[in-house]
Amino acid sequence: MNDNTITHDNRSLWSLIVRAVKGFRFSEHSTGMAFIILFLLAIIVGWPNFLRIRNLVNILRQISYTGIIGLGMTMVIISGGIDLSVGSMTAFVGGITIFFLNLFPGDSHMAVLAAGLFAVLFGAFSGLFNGLLVTKGRIAPFIATLGTMSIFRSLIQYFSGAGNILSENTFYPEVGAGSVLGLPVPVWMFFIIAAILHIVLNNTRFGRYICAVGANEQVARYSAVQVLKIRLIPYIITGATVGVTALLWSSRLNSINSSDCIYYELDAIAAVVIGGTAMTGGKGTVIGTVLGAIMLGMINNMLVLGGVSSYLQQAAKGLVIIAAVLLQYNKKN
Amino acid sequence: MKETQSGPYVLETQHITKEFSGVRVLDDITVGIRSGEIMGLIGENGAGKSTLIKIICGIYQPTSGSVSLEGTPVEINDYIKAKRLGIALVPQEFNLINTLTVWENMFLGNEIITATRLLNKKQMRSRAGKQLEELGMPLDVNLKISDLSVAEKQQVEISKALLLNAGILIMDEPTTTLTGHEIRTLFTLMRRLKAQGVTIIFVSHKLGEIKTICDRVTVLRDGKLISIDEIADINEHDIARKMIGRDFTQVFPKKKVRTGDDIILSAEHLVSGRVLKDVSFDLRRGEILGFAGLVGSGRTETAETIMGLRPLSAGRVTVNGKSVHIQNARDAVDLGIGYLSEDRQGKGIVQDFDIPQNITMISLKRYLKNFLIDKGTELEKSSEYVRKFNIVAASMKMGLRFFSGGNQQKVYLARWVDTNPSILILDEPTRGIDVNAKKEIYDFIHSLAEQGISCIVISSEMEEVMGLCSRIYVMKEGRVTGCLEGDRITEEEIMFHATGIQGEVFDER
Ligand SMILES: Nc1ncnc2c1ncn2[C@@H]1O[C@H](COP(=O)(O)OP(=O)(O)OP(=O)(O)O)[C@@H](O)[C@H]1O
Ligand SMILES: [Mg+2]
Repeated sequence: MNDNTITHDNRSLWSLIVRAVKGFRFSEHSTGMAFIILFLLAIIVGWPNFLRIRNLVNILRQISYTGIIGLGMTMVIISGGIDLSVGSMTAFVGGITIFFLNLFPGDSHMAVLAAGLFAVLFGAFSGLFNGLLVTKGRIAPFIATLGTMSIFRSLIQYFSGAGNILSENTFYPEVGAGSVLGLPVPVWMFFIIAAILHIVLNNTRFGRYICAVGANEQVARYSAVQVLKIRLIPYIITGATVGVTALLWSSRLNSINSSDCIYYELDAIAAVVIGGTAMTGGKGTVIGTVLGAIMLGMINNMLVLGGVSSYLQQAAKGLVIIAAVLLQYNKKN
Repeated sequence: MKETQSGPYVLETQHITKEFSGVRVLDDITVGIRSGEIMGLIGENGAGKSTLIKIICGIYQPTSGSVSLEGTPVEINDYIKAKRLGIALVPQEFNLINTLTVWENMFLGNEIITATRLLNKKQMRSRAGKQLEELGMPLDVNLKISDLSVAEKQQVEISKALLLNAGILIMDEPTTTLTGHEIRTLFTLMRRLKAQGVTIIFVSHKLGEIKTICDRVTVLRDGKLISIDEIADINEHDIARKMIGRDFTQVFPKKKVRTGDDIILSAEHLVSGRVLKDVSFDLRRGEILGFAGLVGSGRTETAETIMGLRPLSAGRVTVNGKSVHIQNARDAVDLGIGYLSEDRQGKGIVQDFDIPQNITMISLKRYLKNFLIDKGTELEKSSEYVRKFNIVAASMKMGLRFFSGGNQQKVYLARWVDTNPSILILDEPTRGIDVNAKKEIYDFIHSLAEQGISCIVISSEMEEVMGLCSRIYVMKEGRVTGCLEGDRITEEEIMFHATGIQGEVFDER
């Protein structure tokens, strides 16, 4: 009567294919589908320049800065939070990192390595601050990080005298402007961090628990999950990803300007949302965010190649974000 | 009694079939409901009761077939349309907004407006209060839903439907968390509605209730219509047989006579919040201990306090002779204590997690290999539970949201069993579970006790506590008012301690 065993018997290859095609739900793969459609569209609109390797690499480089932050942001959003401070935090951490680097006299690779570590740790520490406000301080994430967004920006303006902070180390740009095997360092970082966070989200206890906490905090609490800890850690991870971007960005031009990285939070959140992660928390994917970030880059590139005014590019981005959210909404119904 | 139906049925489903991604859940269901009758709907977990009801209420659309009202086929696109057609629903899974108050929820979508087009809060508050009182639940309507117990939420959900003054009232397992007292009040109210001409569809897993309150009963099994009978022509035994498809008798496993003498858990004068005033008890190794009492007597609060889910303001908890300070559920789990909450939806399962993810939620550490979850073992172990508890699952990868209520409950129980507890507190363990599966769960609790695991059973079903437990604590208004053992375990005795009134007996059978 209760036939509930999941059987794997004599199923031919053909019936498997039929099942796969039948079982393919557009709503579940909407990000992937949108990616393919957009890619094809870009090939047409941007013919023949779009498909040139240099252009593709360039797109990846452009999106990697906010893309990396978007990866951390994915964790925060799945856990039911949000971090609006990432843009200012990038400039802030970048600036302080250059100060740190300048403490070492003369050019040295050791100093650059130390600065790299410092950027990530200091980023994580800044993230911890956000996380504590949200968890221990019980302030709504939107409000807490809106506050720190303003604090970080104001601090970097103060420290830089509303201008530039210059590094004195000539090796430093090797990090942000360098390439390995034909791919820029930021792009490598983007993919490596994506791979790590993908595994963290899907294959670790922590990853499972952030989904649980984001889906229903009460359920998590009753299931012996340490809810506050689980909500705190994503902010630290995001801080660390901000640190990586701060390192890459500040080293690229060997300086930080106090108005750098404005609107990074928008691009990072946009990548997450376009990637299909629910703003309400509970579920999402790192791969989606990677695709989302690349899609944003393709749209920009397409508009540039198509000769559309750069002023309109933000409008196009806005439309895509809205379309992504609409898709999500329809998925629910 | 057997009047013949004159004219068309007030509500009829015609050849309703429903498939979810190719899996047939309802198969050619034709049922006619007579005006002013109470129709019982019964069937095993996953038989398709809720699905049929959701189709009548426009929440799902049938794959084929139609619904007619008074003989005319109607298209019911959504629940709003159903309400307009005079159909009101008390859903199995609550549909209440936690951050709103009781009265706001009750009038959600049907607000009373003043002449100046503002909300008439005063009138809504008073009507909400009156409606609840009619159910024998004088609840403060200004409380937030999140502060209510499951039984209270259930009453709010019932009242919300009653406020619609609908001609057809459909109730999907409204009595699962109510105690005899509240159920009796509900039945009185149902009879009164019936006298006013309201037609009622009533779903329950409790055969006694069906027999008591219904005029006719429809049995579903595996999505198929098995029978529609006049209640006078059928007894509980027959209903169960039709449901399950073979002979069935409800028997509680033979009570264990001997339990260990060592006390594994003891609570002394626990005080917590405003609800728990003074609770002391002790639990012996391998014992099945019962907690009885009315809704709101503090049984759930006692369990939650032990689990560290509520602050302990005074008193002492001792585990294995050692005084412990449990701050949160993690501490409790580490001490080998488990707690299956009565609130499956709000505190139990993660709707978007699949079966393995839900089952291993607490015991996940055991499934780690080099910090990574070993999904193979996870799936294997979960499949074992699926077999053991007869969980009806179309796929292991489907979110729990798509499972029938009873099957969700079994998954939730499996989660706690997988923690290998030495003390397991079960709050309404058979909530929404069919008679057959209930027996399986009783046997299972028994086998746990046999292995030396101590169980505490909290249940609104008096029979359940009486049938399973060798010792019963009775609570009233946050205090333990009695501890019954052996021959003293009788309904009268329990009710006396629960209400303070001599001679009040649970009698809807
Ligand atoms: N949205 C859905 N998607 C896929 N399957 C579903 C969906 N809703 C219900 N089902 C399946 O339909 C079957 C019948 O479910 P239904 O909720 O109607 O059972 P029920 O008789 O109400 O059981 P219970 O007594 O446990 O509440 C179950 O096997 C369930 O898994
Ligand atoms: Mg149901």
